[in-house]
Amino acid sequence: MDLLLRFRNALVLIAVLLAQALALAVQVRTPSNAADPDTGSVRLIRRWTSAVITPFERVTHSMGLGVRGIWNGYIDLRHIRRQNQELRDQLTQMRIQEAAIAEDAAEGRRLQALLAFKQKYVASTVAAQVIGSSGSDLSHVVTIDKGARDGLKPDMAVITSDGIVGKVRDVFPTSAQVLEINDQNSGAGVILATTRIRAILHGTAAGQAEIGNLMPDSRIKPGEQVITSGGDQVYPRGLPVGTIQSIRPDSDHPPYTAIVVHPAVDLNRLEEVLVITGTQPDLPASAEQDLIDAEARHAADVRAERLPSIDDSDDLLHTANGAASPAATPPPAADQRLVIPKPLPALHTDRYSSGATPPAADLTPGSTITPQAVQPAPSTQHSASQPASSGSRPDAPQ
Amino acid sequence: MVTRSYMSRREVEQQSFSLPVAIIVPLAALLLQVVLPRLMPRLAILELPLIVTLFFAISRRSPIAGTLTGASIGLLQDALTSQPIGLNGMAKSLIGYIAASLGSRIDVDSPATRTLLTLAFSLLQSVLIYLIERKLLGVADFRMPWLHEVVRAVVNTLVALPAFLLLDRTRRQL
Repeated sequence: MDLLLRFRNALVLIAVLLAQALALAVQVRTPSNAADPDTGSVRLIRRWTSAVITPFERVTHSMGLGVRGIWNGYIDLRHIRRQNQELRDQLTQMRIQEAAIAEDAAEGRRLQALLAFKQKYVASTVAAQVIGSSGSDLSHVVTIDKGARDGLKPDMAVITSDGIVGKVRDVFPTSAQVLEINDQNSGAGVILATTRIRAILHGTAAGQAEIGNLMPDSRIKPGEQVITSGGDQVYPRGLPVGTIQSIRPDSDHPPYTAIVVHPAVDLNRLEEVLVITGTQPDLPASAEQDLIDAEARHAADVRAERLPSIDDSDDLLHTANGAASPAATPPPAADQRLVIPKPLPALHTDRYSSGATPPAADLTPGSTITPQAVQPAPSTQHSASQPASSGSRPDAPQ
Repeated sequence: MVTRSYMSRREVEQQSFSLPVAIIVPLAALLLQVVLPRLMPRLAILELPLIVTLFFAISRRSPIAGTLTGASIGLLQDALTSQPIGLNGMAKSLIGYIAASLGSRIDVDSPATRTLLTLAFSLLQSVLIYLIERKLLGVADFRMPWLHEVVRAVVNTLVALPAFLLLDRTRRQL
């Protein structure tokens, strides 16, 4: 008994360390389930801690938002007009790009249909605000203000408009922990956009996102875009992940390379995120309509570019939207603008000019076309503006 | 006539804290630890739970109290991260024990001692976490950015000195 009292300090320390070592062993030994990464007791500890800390996080976050709102909305309004104009210009540019991309998307969908490819589209999302962090730079976890009551479940993908953020790790009733892609426990299936090489992205202890399962390849260059592959069943395919920042030999795992990826999202300054709560094999109805509109706009743009004399983009847009808008009426047949356009007459006709070649039925196989065979260009509605001496140039190629 | 009792130096200098202080201060440290990096990401270099663990351990001068305080704060800290629960708990239990043992032997109220203690224990925590990750958890490719850890130790020492002065006001002399 005296011995116990004498060494009680050391015994308490040993007991505490032993208990925690056992807890660690249990956590490491238990195979982590994708939907539930923790064992029951560990999950309980995390839940209790979250229940204690999260209300304070919410309060501080709300106070911060209030102060920021007053500052941004009422005080710091410098350059707001110029910024507004820049954003409008940017919007115009993006609409043009959207139209171009829409056609590519349509083509992609046609090819996917041919190949019976099952694509997953984002069907539903839940917007959430980031209210806290893990507080450790060895662990890249953020706390969001939405939880199980909002339909969140473990392993749901978390994104922003810039790209992927990570996935939901632990879900509590009114909050959830999100494991960022640069955490050392995270992983994601990715594709290098240019070379189409598939790889696995994981985080490092230093908080970097890294690809470590590729052999040296001269085609892989810094600056190449990295997107999700969809193979991990967490992130939908094609979402931006980041760009390759550097490539170096992996000294720990030769002959592999360590490819550091700069995330597309600024993970240190997350404010609002979207949690993907559902995916579906077809595009959502609203996105489908957007795509139709974008295709129609693109068709109008192409027509305006190729046929600059015809300015009927609105008519074409209405025609393309005919199915969606029954009220739209077809253009009148008498409208000359919709008749197949005629080319402008050449200033100096030669054998390449429109209408200069005689009909095929009048030609003899093997014979050459003599200059006399060249007929004058047919008169058009623009012929009045042509010079009276229009004919073959003396030096025209024969 | 002066009444004399037989108490050790440790018992004479042992200080206690009221229950609200013993609960609120560690929770406030944890809360600040998770909120401050949101405001300024570079502040993730701070280790406020370690500073609080050290303060309570060297003030109470009881190895058992130091061990339990370190374990509690460390476990709560682990619960907020993606790491296994027990990583910071083990490290801070050991730090709490050693700090309390030293507190009963040396003068821990002087700024110089506090500076050295904070610097040394910050580095010790990094070493302990590295060892737990590599040896206990078997994470073979776990790398500790040592230069960053040295910077962290210096920064935490600079923060700990005024924090200790502030926390000294919460002491209740026995």
